[in-house]
Amino acid sequence: MLTALLLIWPVAAALLLHFVRGNAARALAFGASLVELALAVFVAIQFQTGSQPQFEINQPWLQSAGINFHIGIDGLSLLMVLLTAFLVPLILLASFRHDYENPSVFYALVLFMQTGLIGVFVAMDAFVFYFFWEVALIPIYFLAGVWGGERRVQVTLKFFIYTVVGSLLMLAGFVYLYYMTGANGGARSSDLAAFYNLTLSTQEQSWVFLLIFAAFAIKMPLFPLHSWQPDTYSEAPAPATMLLSGIMLKMGIYGTLRWLMPIVPKGMSVHIPWIMVLAVIGIIYGALIAIRQRDMKRLIAFSSLSHVGLMIAGMFSLTAVGLQGTVIQMLAHGVNVVGMFFIADIIERRTGTRQIPELGGLTRATPLLSVTFLVILLGTVALPLTNGFVGEFLLLMGVYQFNPWLGAVAGLTIIFGAVYLLRMFQRVMLGPDSSFSSVIRDLTGSELAVLVPLILMVFWIGLFPGTFMHISEPAIQKLLVLINR
Amino acid sequence: MLSIILLSVSGLANLFLGFLRSNRLILPVVLLVLLAVLAVNVAGIDTNALAGWNQSPYFNGMLTFDRYAQVFTAVMALTALLLLPFSQKYVQEGNPNLAEFYSLLLFSLVGAIMMVSYNNVLILFLGIETLSIAMYVLAGSDKGNLRSNEAALKYFLMGSFATGILLFGIALLYGATGTFDLAQMGVKARALPLADAAMAPMLYIGILLMLIGIGFKISAAPFHFWTPDVYEGAPTVFTGFMSTIVKTAGIAGFFKLLMIAFGGDTTGFWLPTLTAMLVLTLLIGNVGAVAQQNAKRMLAYSSISHAGYLLLALVSLKSGALSANAIFFYSLAYSIATVAAFAVLKLVLDQRGRDDYEGLNGLAKTNPLLALAMTVSMLSLAGIPLTGGFFGKFYLFSAAAEQGYIGLVIFAVVMSAIGIYYYLRPIMAMYMRPAVEGAEEPVAVTSLQSTVLIVLIGLTLLLGLVPGIVEGVLNA
Repeated sequence: MLTALLLIWPVAAALLLHFVRGNAARALAFGASLVELALAVFVAIQFQTGSQPQFEINQPWLQSAGINFHIGIDGLSLLMVLLTAFLVPLILLASFRHDYENPSVFYALVLFMQTGLIGVFVAMDAFVFYFFWEVALIPIYFLAGVWGGERRVQVTLKFFIYTVVGSLLMLAGFVYLYYMTGANGGARSSDLAAFYNLTLSTQEQSWVFLLIFAAFAIKMPLFPLHSWQPDTYSEAPAPATMLLSGIMLKMGIYGTLRWLMPIVPKGMSVHIPWIMVLAVIGIIYGALIAIRQRDMKRLIAFSSLSHVGLMIAGMFSLTAVGLQGTVIQMLAHGVNVVGMFFIADIIERRTGTRQIPELGGLTRATPLLSVTFLVILLGTVALPLTNGFVGEFLLLMGVYQFNPWLGAVAGLTIIFGAVYLLRMFQRVMLGPDSSFSSVIRDLTGSELAVLVPLILMVFWIGLFPGTFMHISEPAIQKLLVLINR
Repeated sequence: MLSIILLSVSGLANLFLGFLRSNRLILPVVLLVLLAVLAVNVAGIDTNALAGWNQSPYFNGMLTFDRYAQVFTAVMALTALLLLPFSQKYVQEGNPNLAEFYSLLLFSLVGAIMMVSYNNVLILFLGIETLSIAMYVLAGSDKGNLRSNEAALKYFLMGSFATGILLFGIALLYGATGTFDLAQMGVKARALPLADAAMAPMLYIGILLMLIGIGFKISAAPFHFWTPDVYEGAPTVFTGFMSTIVKTAGIAGFFKLLMIAFGGDTTGFWLPTLTAMLVLTLLIGNVGAVAQQNAKRMLAYSSISHAGYLLLALVSLKSGALSANAIFFYSLAYSIATVAAFAVLKLVLDQRGRDDYEGLNGLAKTNPLLALAMTVSMLSLAGIPLTGGFFGKFYLFSAAAEQGYIGLVIFAVVMSAIGIYYYLRPIMAMYMRPAVEGAEEPVAVTSLQSTVLIVLIGLTLLLGLVPGIVEGVLNA
């Protein structure tokens, strides 16, 4: 029941928003997302450590076809649900400073999107998963397309077509698996467990892997399928960018862990070498482009591409540390990237520009902003004691176990990260004074209310990663058993 | 039979209502009749058992009102019921021919019902003609408009040829099998190639000619050339009628014909032809729609492509009940979405005088409800989850996959990916571009129309969220 409540509550709140106008809408949306967070925390407290999905609901959806509305939460899902529930209120709060046209629709779409995202993370049936996967896409399309920047129309069209083509391929893969569950005369089923029990030849697995991975690779994005990402991130309004980079990007990684690795392990092993190479190329490519960026938002977008490359590489190392690292880094990256985009948004709103060369010397008038910026930035750079360190350290260990040379190259991500991020900090906050240095205002209360929880999370994950690893540990162990069967 | 009687009688009565001074009575009466037809079919009252005077089905078994006929009649009655409230403009202008229009619509619905309840090829022909002749007139009912006249003439000329070809096919089939009865024709046709090799070509040509004739009616390529021009020129409400009810009736009738008369051994002969038609239809429909600048023409090509998707169910005939169910669900979801699209286009066209994409610009600001209805409709036509169109496509694709047509399914999936591009264009226009100058005023919508639009949105979402509600209606 709790799982269903987690799904229904944001939609219900989104529908309620239709009846309120103006500022009441965002207050209501924020309140609703806090309730959702409380629900998620309650679920986490009730959660019993173990590999079995809990809080399950399994109702017939299309009875004759063997498709059930099956949702449940295991360790992996729980962490992702918590991340979503934690970030959405902050993202809403972060958007308070903006005056969006039609606020009730805007905030309704954000809440609607939250349902889609949580649905993706709790789905235990392939069609339910696909359903929520697409449901999450529709609100973000409108958020970016209606409230975005000047080039929003072309950019969102590209984004939409990219993703939908990917998801259609994924659907084809799922339909094939679904038919194979009935291959030996039994009833067909699209349930996750039924997919786990499939015994397909390596050849078949390899094809199914490619079909399904297409959708995930576009979402993550894996080099060279990333070309929608920087444009969409920089054109979308700040809250949409945060949703995209903080949570939606994790759909692809989560999907790989849940719907790909355990289902077609043999087919996957055929493709691992080139995926690893692409992931590492993505790391270097993202970092090199990030170094040359002048636009803060684009810089963060390419930095995200680079860091996601490392997550992909660590994940496909198929080692226990690599997989744990992926899970921790999903949380850490979600926290950090939302913080980075929020700070970029704060600076852009105050100065009217996000071009790095036009800024400089902001730190004198804004001690609070500088400190929070630096902490989140160091988290992204993966300084020890911060969240980024734990995740990236585990990931690099995983990649190193897979292949020491690749591990060495992948390690560059941290060095490069330090280069472009610290340079950005230096040129924006320090450096010679610009026309904004004396007039810029420091953080307001509501901005602090967003950044303080993020910073707390940076240190929580950095100092006590065990809290989170403990939750996902059984799920990862089960995953490894399924991969190595 | 009750549906046919109800519609025919009210159609005739309507002609007399036209003599009254006030036209306002006509639409409510028509809507009530359609509601009654819908209720009769949903409740399943309209069965053969009503033919008390003769225990066998009507007219010596020429018509049969089994579950199949009832379900499709219900779909078409529902579609008409939801579509007609948008014909109100004619009422307000005191159109002298108003009664005739509604009568013709009711008569064409009678034809459509005959097409799904026939048991005899002659009835199929009568049904197609009853439907088509009414549609020829309606396509040209905007008499002062040159394009409407052009549409009617094109539709009539090409349609008559198609009818001739169809009739020729029926004649050859009669010559080969010696019967018009569907079931008997099936038995004969299955035996003929072995029993009498000299007569077999006659049968084959007959089948081919029938494929062409019906292919024209459902606008399957390469017999689709009339569609864009006729759709664009005809008054929008009747275009909506053509692309929903005519298509549903055509496909459902076609399926019955192929299933009963040409199933089994003869399948091997016509299946390659039909498959080629399918591939061509999907390709021309989707690629053609991409190039359009006019929303109505885009919908015309989109309706061609949907005929292609529906042909998937005919090609995978051997899936039997699965195919029939797929056709039912898809027609329902498609009809509802299409009605919404044409309804919005009609309202916008009336007020702003244009039906290209730019005419839709900024609609989200002036008329959020219209924009929402159009959006849901487009997403459903594109087959995005949350809407009925997704499960419609899912059913069709699974029926085809069941028969091992993996290649066809992949092709259809690629085509639906193309579809997403052109279905997004109205959405982009409505939400992401400002209104063109002189069109900043909200479009006038009556409260009945708003209600119907909300019902259309609700039905599409309902079919997308709980598709199980209409599961198994064909099996009962």
